[in-house]
Amino acid sequence: MGFVTPDFGTLFWMTIIFGILLVILKKFAWKPILTALKERETSIANALSSADKAREEVKDLKADHEKIIAQAKKEKDLIIKEARDLKDKLLAEAKTQASGEGQKIVAAARQQIQAEKQAAISEMRKQIADLSVLIAEKVIQKELKDKASQENLVEDLLKDLKLQ
Amino acid sequence: MKAIKSQRYTAFILFFLLSFSITSTPAFAEGDSHDSHSKEFIPGEYIMHHVADAFEWHLATIGETHITVPLPIILYSKTSGWHAFMSSKFDHGNTTYKNFRISHHGENSGKIEEVNQQGEVIGLPLNLSITKVVAGALFSVVLLLLIFVSAAKSAKRRTGQAPKGIQNTVEPIILFVRDEIAKPAIGDKKYEKFMPFLLTLFFFILLNNLMGLIPIFPFGANVTGNIAVTMSLALFTFAVTNLNGNKHYWKEIFNPDVPMWLKFPLPLMPIIELSGVITKPFVLMVRLFANMMAGHMIVTVFISLIFIFGKLMGTAAGLAISPVSIVFSLFILMLDLLVSFIQAYVFTLLSALYFGMAKAEHH
Repeated sequence: MGFVTPDFGTLFWMTIIFGILLVILKKFAWKPILTALKERETSIANALSSADKAREEVKDLKADHEKIIAQAKKEKDLIIKEARDLKDKLLAEAKTQASGEGQKIVAAARQQIQAEKQAAISEMRKQIADLSVLIAEKVIQKELKDKASQENLVEDLLKDLKLQ
Repeated sequence: MKAIKSQRYTAFILFFLLSFSITSTPAFAEGDSHDSHSKEFIPGEYIMHHVADAFEWHLATIGETHITVPLPIILYSKTSGWHAFMSSKFDHGNTTYKNFRISHHGENSGKIEEVNQQGEVIGLPLNLSITKVVAGALFSVVLLLLIFVSAAKSAKRRTGQAPKGIQNTVEPIILFVRDEIAKPAIGDKKYEKFMPFLLTLFFFILLNNLMGLIPIFPFGANVTGNIAVTMSLALFTFAVTNLNGNKHYWKEIFNPDVPMWLKFPLPLMPIIELSGVITKPFVLMVRLFANMMAGHMIVTVFISLIFIFGKLMGTAAGLAISPVSIVFSLFILMLDLLVSFIQAYVFTLLSALYFGMAKAEHH
């Protein structure tokens, strides 16, 4: 069973060969490869984190934008509301003023009408009085042409007096 | 296109065959004193030849000619000092060179033994030869250096940019080792110190597991299926674990929170804990070795099935059984592909867990 007993010569050479291989590969292969791998990993990690940061910034900017827009909207609403209020107020003021003025005018008109009416009535009275005197004159002149009619008149007048 | 590709492939193989000084000598004829070179098919030897370590890299045997890549033999003998020569001097294990020969019998079978002028064995020299496994591991080291140093260059050049090319291929696996093995097992703050070791361990095991599945030179050496290799890796894990052990780690071993009678007068718990310290790397060693060795063995067993049937019931039976053998071998190879990844993962994960234990704080 020779093949399960380690041969000293092979062991000797293998230890030297593997030892030298280890030293050479460590210096010329593993160190540069592992450093390159690490560097790449850190650079990738950095790139990813900076991308995250940028995304975060963009998000912040967006939020800012939205905030500004919202504020502008609010301001716009406020301005519109103010304008509307002002308009309403002005309208109301104008209305009250107009109605007051109208009433004043109406009152003045009414007074004038009253005065005119009064004047007209008194004028009419005067004219009616004159007319009635005239009529009465004419009637009296006509009625008193004959005797009978004079008597009738007196009688009527007396009847009226009696009645009273 | 396919034809061109396969032509290129053949050219590639031929290039390898020619570029390595090939020794080809006619193998000894039947009835030779060495069993391993007799023409008779012995499944056990055939399988062991394919999964075990060797002093030369066998490519093919055409007729009676062995085509192998010779490897350096380095020996130290108490009597004659240091020796270094190519394995081709042994002539595939058939001759004795400078009083050394490859043993084929007895307890030293497969090892190099020293003989005197009379041909009597006088002992075993210290053998520091570059065997097939060591050569395979060296080749994998060259590949690993090529892959990862170029990946590191591209990582440096393209700092902060997306990965490209070979860097793009290895980076997910490096990230897997870092994020799925090191970080959960050791902890987010302490894992960095162990990353070079864990990565080297993972890729060395993975590459050698995969290379072991390719049966064409310069692949195919059963590196991670060699117990000395896995022992070396496990010893590294053992050393890193215990060199990084903090106060809490050593307290848990020598003075754990158990009733006093378990520690005094007989230090029962400390003995168990200490044995655990040694068991952990031992299990790592055996697991990787056994998995890879078994995978390679089963493949060769299925292939040798063809020859067993051929020998027992004639060539026709061997031919008839060959599709079954091939299908089963393919299946096992696919499984080994999966096992290659799993074993690299398990070895690394367990190592990381041991480091995590060594670094754990009291809670």
